[in-house]
Amino acid sequence: MYRIVTKRVLNPTVTLMEVEAPAVARKAEPGQFIILRVDADGERIPLTIAAFDREKGTVTIIFQIVGGTTEKLNHKEEGEYLQDFVGPLGRATETEGLKRVAVVGGGVGTAIAYPVAKKLHDVGCHVDLIVGFRNQDLVILEDEFKAASTQLIIGTDDGSYGKKALVTDLLKEQIEAGAKYDRVIAIGPVIMMKFVCQLTKEYGIPTVVSMNPIMIDGTGMCGGCRLSVGGETKFACVDGPEFDGHKVDFDEAMVRGAMYKDFERHAYEEACNLFKQEVK
Amino acid sequence: MPNMSPNKNPMPHQDPQVRSTNFNEVALGYTKEQAIDEAQRCLNCKNSPCVSGCPVQIRIPEFIAKVAEGDFEGAYQIIAKDSALPAVCGRVCPQESQCESKCIRGIKAEPVGIGRLERFVADWHNANATEKAVPPASNGHKVAVIGSGPAGLTCAGDLAKKGYDVTVFEALHLAGGVLVYGIPEFRLPKSIVQKEVDTLKELGVKVETNMVIGRAITIDELKEEFGFEAVFIGSGAGLPKFMNIPGENLKGVYSANEFLTRINLMKAYKDGADTPIQHSMKVAVVGGGNVAMDAARCAKRLGAEVYIVYRRSETELPARAEEVEHAKEEGIIFKTLTNPTEILGYHNPDDPRDPKNGSVSGIRCVEMELGEPDASGRRRPIVKKGSEFEIDLDCVIMALGTSPNPLIKSTTEGLETEKWGGIIADENGLTSRDGVYAGGDAVTGAATVILAMGAGKTAARAIDEALSK
Repeated sequence: MYRIVTKRVLNPTVTLMEVEAPAVARKAEPGQFIILRVDADGERIPLTIAAFDREKGTVTIIFQIVGGTTEKLNHKEEGEYLQDFVGPLGRATETEGLKRVAVVGGGVGTAIAYPVAKKLHDVGCHVDLIVGFRNQDLVILEDEFKAASTQLIIGTDDGSYGKKALVTDLLKEQIEAGAKYDRVIAIGPVIMMKFVCQLTKEYGIPTVVSMNPIMIDGTGMCGGCRLSVGGETKFACVDGPEFDGHKVDFDEAMVRGAMYKDFERHAYEEACNLFKQEVK
Repeated sequence: MPNMSPNKNPMPHQDPQVRSTNFNEVALGYTKEQAIDEAQRCLNCKNSPCVSGCPVQIRIPEFIAKVAEGDFEGAYQIIAKDSALPAVCGRVCPQESQCESKCIRGIKAEPVGIGRLERFVADWHNANATEKAVPPASNGHKVAVIGSGPAGLTCAGDLAKKGYDVTVFEALHLAGGVLVYGIPEFRLPKSIVQKEVDTLKELGVKVETNMVIGRAITIDELKEEFGFEAVFIGSGAGLPKFMNIPGENLKGVYSANEFLTRINLMKAYKDGADTPIQHSMKVAVVGGGNVAMDAARCAKRLGAEVYIVYRRSETELPARAEEVEHAKEEGIIFKTLTNPTEILGYHNPDDPRDPKNGSVSGIRCVEMELGEPDASGRRRPIVKKGSEFEIDLDCVIMALGTSPNPLIKSTTEGLETEKWGGIIADENGLTSRDGVYAGGDAVTGAATVILAMGAGKTAARAIDEALSK
């Protein structure tokens, strides 16, 4: 069992949890993920590692409530326990030799972009952190982002905070203004990563994306997380989760990601009924 | 005077019509009377040919003699000396090609039902024995076992009985490996696996779940930082194969591993389960091994019409005869000498947001005929010209075999493997790394539970010899 040390509600649908998992914290690196189960009959869900503290033996996850399992997870409080917490899984982000990078995050994906930005910033890389949200209420981790970047650019879809622009537009502005990036790292909804990659392809900037497909074991056993990358089938859990964004078949990934959409919606409603709260 | 009936006592089964709608165990097991009657068919041959057919050399005639006497616990104690998992092996061993294939009674009629008797004895013990296993005095040596499948559990059990301090590391949240994620409940109830794992814990074996060796801890760290003097790798062959034909990434295409893991480990077949699974109308399972049969029979139980699509003929099916027979009784349709060339997808040109877009709608196949024998000795299937046809479906399950997971190889320097990924180990299970042993599917590629157990046993013996020097 894995104890929840800290819980912080970041916005109405996004929560941060710091979990005691020394075996995971010992080796965790930015870009890797964990798989957890909330309770004994729970589903296994993958979540990217948002932060870790080797000395305290804790790992931080940030999740958006999207289905039954994340709804149940959100009802766990500080001091309570999670059934299972396994990791670190997947390959770590490659950060060596990078001088200037744009890290682009959308929605809850910004939380996953954070440790990568921080690591790059810590080793002296020039980091432009470009983050986008639907509106001001959904903006998260602003202080952390500031501390982990050379320049923080925030955009919202409705203009209620930061610039009224999509992250792709904000990135384009930077490139047009003369920013010479060795690499763009894009983490967020599949559709956002797809458009970031379309843009960076035009400019010939190498781009890495972090994929978060449906997964069960996370060790290469089930193949449920397979993606087409450069015409080859890859398993996100062991070959990724980061891939060359110019080679990923995003359309296929979107279709595969929606495989259990009806089930998820239903499970979410069930969980909401269980906790007697309004379905959002 | 032995019982000279030419036939085995038949195994009582759940009716096929009934069982194809539930996940309860298919074979119900012998009664005491049936077991004693069957045991009396054994001639107790002096040279015991059956024992030579057993990968762990259970003293078969001795335990059967005890059954014939009605001393079931005595029979169990004889089996337990050589096998760590009798209740499992009595259910899933291919006895027809092992012990029972050597039985003298089998020359003129049916061999003695050795597997059925083993199962009876193990079940009797589990239901009636009250004594707990007692951990022996510690010898102070620490051994790590990676993977809690049949190879790992056997190796751990044998070493624990000799007083070793054994820790088993399991990547999933539950111990048992393929016994819990792969083999379905109706063939091997999970309570039986749990019982075997609990017995090992009573012997002092520690089981650390949620530990992915290679990621959380490497083999070198186990030896250098955590003080393990020897390491046994029994990580199995978990990496699923695909055919590399168009359409394999459509929604509704599963590897057998994924399909079975959702059902067996995650219990997705139960109402209200947290883990989803597609409830299909019509399913094709591609492949002809035991895993294909398991996947097909699970799909049937979820309510689908199910086809087995296999490129060779029925005689070449690698699955056990009993599994094929059970599948047929349950209404699985066999399309042998058939090979898929493409999985077809649904696409609504008028509505790009149609949720069915990108789902499986069918499978395109060709008919095959058998040519000259190939390297495996089986006649090579060749495509019949102009035989292309399609089947409408909404789910395809690929059961084409698995290969060893590359994670340990890629994180352990100096660990040599074959080109296809199998870890290279000598006849004692020793790898190219000092103090590191391996066995089971991780070495051989996908094989059987009992062969993995045999390998775990061999390695345990070698580890004991090396560490007690």
